[in-house]
Amino acid sequence: MLIIDCPYCGPRDQLEFSNGGEAHVKRPDGSADIGDREWGEYVFIRANPKGIFYERWVHSHGCRKWFNCVRDTSTDEILKIYKIDEERPKLDSFKNNVKTPSGEPNLGSGNFTVKK
Amino acid sequence: MKKKYSIFSIAKNALKGHKDWPKMWRSPEPREFYDVIIIGGGGHGLGTAYYLAKEHGLKNIAVIEKGWLGGGNTGRNTTIIRSNYLWDDSAHLYEHSLKLWENLSTELNYNVMFSQRGVMNLAHNEHDIKEIKRRVSANNLNGIDSLWLSKEEIQKKVPIMNTDNLRYPVLGASYQPRGGTARHDAVAWGFAMRADEMGVDIIQNCEAHQIKTKNGKIEGVETSKGFIRANKVGVVASGHTGVLAETAGIRLPLQSKPLQALVSEPIKPIIDTVVMSSAVHAYVSQSDKGELVIGAGTDSYNSFTQRGGFNIIEETVRAMVELYPVFGKMKMLRQWGGIVDICPDASPIISKCDVEGLFFNCGWGTGGFKATPGSANVFAHTIAKNEAHKINSAFNLDRFASGKLVDEHGAAAVAH
Repeated sequence: MLIIDCPYCGPRDQLEFSNGGEAHVKRPDGSADIGDREWGEYVFIRANPKGIFYERWVHSHGCRKWFNCVRDTSTDEILKIYKIDEERPKLDSFKNNVKTPSGEPNLGSGNFTVKK
Repeated sequence: MKKKYSIFSIAKNALKGHKDWPKMWRSPEPREFYDVIIIGGGGHGLGTAYYLAKEHGLKNIAVIEKGWLGGGNTGRNTTIIRSNYLWDDSAHLYEHSLKLWENLSTELNYNVMFSQRGVMNLAHNEHDIKEIKRRVSANNLNGIDSLWLSKEEIQKKVPIMNTDNLRYPVLGASYQPRGGTARHDAVAWGFAMRADEMGVDIIQNCEAHQIKTKNGKIEGVETSKGFIRANKVGVVASGHTGVLAETAGIRLPLQSKPLQALVSEPIKPIIDTVVMSSAVHAYVSQSDKGELVIGAGTDSYNSFTQRGGFNIIEETVRAMVELYPVFGKMKMLRQWGGIVDICPDASPIISKCDVEGLFFNCGWGTGGFKATPGSANVFAHTIAKNEAHKINSAFNLDRFASGKLVDEHGAAAVAH
């Protein structure tokens, strides 16, 4: 289970938060003109990487504020938390634990939780 | 050589101390080229190879698997089989699968321990009752056995259930008598053995690194055992399908999350059917070893850790203890997570895509095991003929542009 460091309230148990999926998703410009396929991609398709993932959380049972988070989905390690109006941190500022697209990290996945 | 199993072969091998059983499949090194490569050696992938060889006469097939056969979600689910889905398209797909299950042990000459002990879906409130009764009626119109049970009938079938003295009382249930459970490993092993006999190369410890395409056509798969060329590639990698599609520049509408389950210490037979409740989120059956097999929910966040958060287990165990107070003092043996790929409409994708020769069978979310033979069967057809079987024609990728979704959030049982 995660301990999430709310930028407004400090570290709290994950149970107080709700996950809001991928962060930084932009509604396409000129939505009246774009085709069904492009619109469908905006509505239904979200990033789903194994590794560094930019996501949103909301402190539902606390201050009820939204914020962004960078988490490694291969280990669940939270790498950075930043406010919704702060700039998106660069991808290469984080270490990628997964060498191949579906590879396992040395430590942190269910199969290798205690491997040292 | 065809391996036959019978009571005589068991007796003969028992006398020899079980030392002479033949290997169930070969472990070949990959060839340079295959007509079809299936990525993912779970039940769906191995079944696809089996039906490609058996029904479509293809012989030059490989199944590549990152770990060991059936070690992903095939070995991590709660093995529940049913076909009581709401919409016609899903009902036909899951019923096709259920019919194949009914004959699978005979067909494979391998006991998949398919046990039609019935599946119950509980209603805990007014809305549940209306929704479940609607589903029962829809099932009956599609020729699927499904009936409504009153509280008294439930009590008769499952006397240990606490129906009244709990926060969300049990008001009734749907019941599918032909539903049940099967032995998950046996399904993978049975398909693997019979596919191997027909010449399919099953290559374990071979991780797909990149799906290579050229001018809109498939070239092959870059793997941990080198590059393998192929005319066609079928991706059946459950939670990892999305990241593999991405290597070919294709974005799929999938989100990968841990789905958890747990088993108790073994006890004497106490529950002889499958009971599911999506409202309080607990579902349970008893394995032949006597363990209670308990299904929990998905985590709210994307993850590939095959572990999941403890709060999910806590919620499920709480519901279990309320529904079955007699289990209150039991010890749990193991808990695990499997990474499921969830589609926005809780229905699978069994489809070709923009790249010629590249096919996807994914998005089974929290309920893929029951569909194993049916999914494999229609996916093999799709790969062999380059077009969908009429049973899986609705489960295409185009539906996310056309909006013709197959919304099965109600029948999917695990809320997500």
